[in-house]
Amino acid sequence: MSTGFYEVNGKQVPHDEEGYITNLSDWSKELAEVIAKQEGIDMTDEHWEVVNFLREYYDEYQIAPAIRVLVKAIKKKFGPEKGNNKYLYELFPYGPAKQACKIAGLPKPTGCV
Amino acid sequence: MSDVKKFLYVNRKAPHGTIYALESLEVVLIGAAFEQDVALAFLDDGVYQLVKGWDTSELGVKNFQPAYTALGDYDIQKVYVERESLEERGLSEDDLIEMTYEDEDDDWAEKSSIRIVSREEMAQIMRDSDVILSF
Amino acid sequence: MGMLHTVNKSPYQCNTLESCLNHVGEGDVVLLIEDGVYAAMKGGRAADVLSAVQGVKVCVLSADVKARGLEGKLIDGVEVVDYAGFVDLVTETDKTQAWL
Repeated sequence: MSTGFYEVNGKQVPHDEEGYITNLSDWSKELAEVIAKQEGIDMTDEHWEVVNFLREYYDEYQIAPAIRVLVKAIKKKFGPEKGNNKYLYELFPYGPAKQACKIAGLPKPTGCV
Repeated sequence: MSDVKKFLYVNRKAPHGTIYALESLEVVLIGAAFEQDVALAFLDDGVYQLVKGWDTSELGVKNFQPAYTALGDYDIQKVYVERESLEERGLSEDDLIEMTYEDEDDDWAEKSSIRIVSREEMAQIMRDSDVILSF
Repeated sequence: MGMLHTVNKSPYQCNTLESCLNHVGEGDVVLLIEDGVYAAMKGGRAADVLSAVQGVKVCVLSADVKARGLEGKLIDGVEVVDYAGFVDLVTETDKTQAWL
């Protein structure tokens, strides 16, 4: 259910009450920047690395990974200095799975309540 | 950890006719956060959930089959499939999707999670679990 | 004590009971509920299958039996339990498997 809109290049993109976009196909890099700003995050290359990784994961498995799974998968791909809770929480203080999924335009991870 | 219980998710329904298969998958994904000893069982029409090559585009529903292949990431290493149920339906292991996990005790070698078991073994697996969740 | 198996589908509609009976073991209890109770009706094909099962206690839930007009029409050897009896069965057995 749409309860609000993000404004991107003069276009309105609907989101739910928690800020997750309603239609996954509405996502764009510009939109990601808009959502991030609303979340109080300035997107850096490090943020993008996680967001892009999440989008690839979703593309392959059709699910947004739980935080534990995300940490493990990031560790496997980018090494232990990035695949840990501390690093990911520094990038996304309100929860890497939740916040990064929102910016990546994915549904809220299953099991996140 | 002493309070780890053996959970068995029993799947007996075909994937698209009812919501059971998708619900089961969601509960498995949520339940994985509790770090219990989780195994999945597929018998009767439940074996159809694992038959590879779904294309749900004309149904207008999400193809949730790829999610089964992510279960290895969720530390699910035991997927029991009943041989009699496969045979009755003219199926064999070759018809099933691949499900794998990485074995921590074996230098993270990738191994198949799928284990074909007899009806008798399946009954014993149920008996040996602490909690059974049926779908 | 063994496991409790509940069966809630008519044996003439689904293979639920059949599959359950293929997986029960000595000392288990099978409780027929909802449309599952039709299996215990005298004269039906499923009743023959049910009476042939060895080493397993078969119960039916009285509320479902009454609601379907099956009182007095059940095969011998089946125990009728009420809701409190259902709860007792759950607590007396190690675990419950709901055959759906």
